[in-house]
Amino acid sequence: MIGIIRYGAGNIFSLTAALERLGIAYGMVNTEADFEQFDRYIIPGVGHAGAAMNKLEQTGLVPKIKSLNKPTLGICVGMQLLTSHSEEGDANLLNLFPIKTLKFTSDGSFKVPHTGWNQVFPEKENPLFENIPAGSHFYFVHSYFIEYDQLYTLSSTSYINKFSASIWHGNFYGVQFHPEKSGTYGETLLRNFSNI
Amino acid sequence: MLAKRIIPCLDVKDGRTVKGVNFVDLRDAGDPVELAWNYSQQGADELVFLDITATVERRKTMVELVKAVARQINIPFTIGGGINEIADADALLNAGADKISINSAAVRNPALIDELARAFGVQFVVIAVDTRVIGDKNIVHLNGGRLPTEKQTLDWIIEAESRGAGEILLTSMDHDGTKGGFDNGLLKLVNDTVNIPVIASGGAGSVQHFVDVFQQTNVDAALAASVFHYGEILIPDLKSVLRENNIEVRV
Repeated sequence: MIGIIRYGAGNIFSLTAALERLGIAYGMVNTEADFEQFDRYIIPGVGHAGAAMNKLEQTGLVPKIKSLNKPTLGICVGMQLLTSHSEEGDANLLNLFPIKTLKFTSDGSFKVPHTGWNQVFPEKENPLFENIPAGSHFYFVHSYFIEYDQLYTLSSTSYINKFSASIWHGNFYGVQFHPEKSGTYGETLLRNFSNI
Repeated sequence: MLAKRIIPCLDVKDGRTVKGVNFVDLRDAGDPVELAWNYSQQGADELVFLDITATVERRKTMVELVKAVARQINIPFTIGGGINEIADADALLNAGADKISINSAAVRNPALIDELARAFGVQFVVIAVDTRVIGDKNIVHLNGGRLPTEKQTLDWIIEAESRGAGEILLTSMDHDGTKGGFDNGLLKLVNDTVNIPVIASGGAGSVQHFVDVFQQTNVDAALAASVFHYGEILIPDLKSVLRENNIEVRV
């Protein structure tokens, strides 16, 4: 069963609706004691990365999250929290991945935020992307991106520059796109995560 | 590559889908949630719901609609119509809406755009602009195109972007309902001016009109209602023609 880590950053209605449609059991993690009930976790998040990190710190759950050894998936800003630092609010983050979250810089020929369906290309073999063809479209909405890294980038997307569409290190995963809004392949990814 | 988006628009009144020709003479085209689900299965990239309910119960009915849609649909959607304050937007966000669309309320109180962007992020705030040509100028209109304002369309769009609009939904009231094609001249001008996504609306009548709007203006998305609702254009057919014309679409 998936535990959704609650720290007050954004609404999770669409995420829980997607899990319900897929018949994937979930519950909420509000305190450290709640972690025990689950065998994997999702860190959701929308909005401002620096503000989200502040809220997460206020819950007191940060040391526990950093020590998790079960599969853990950050979504959108929840993924950015896994990195070392974000240019959004010049914030130090969880540092589970020693890579950075940077602001898109556009000369005006690309619009920011990066909004819409873009192609995702796997860089490594991983069960998270099982049954998802290379180049499938996922739904993105973001102004900050996680830098591409040969070691940690699980799949990449190109917009202005090549960046990490997803990251993977041990039991930690992150996706920049919104699987709960990404049609059938997004649902496949959530199902894959529930089976890792 | 980032795909061009195809967006069916569902006008909703009292929980039912309607679409007017030039926003008058409404016809009933079904249950919004069922219609939305069908569109998501056909390959629509996103949906827009415009709620034109005019009762005191409207916020409650909108929230119920948004929840019902969010439970069943696996693509993003925007809800618009009668959103006047932060509390309206907050209720819709918590019900699962990805974006809200503001029209008259933003024209009457432009600072609302700043407040919404600060509270929820620019990606949540779509500014809908209804425009009609008066003399040789494009003028922002309210009340479904019936009420002209003092604002010139391009000036207003630039102001909206600077205040925190994350996307522009531009409807040409002169083209809307005519099925004669989008207003590509204005759309190109707007798209070249702003640095946020632009959704073209008003005038779609054929597949070629979609090819034209993407090729001639490079807008990010095209929206239509009746051609989709009455099956005159099927989204899979539309996307395959766009692809044949080297326009990037989601398969």
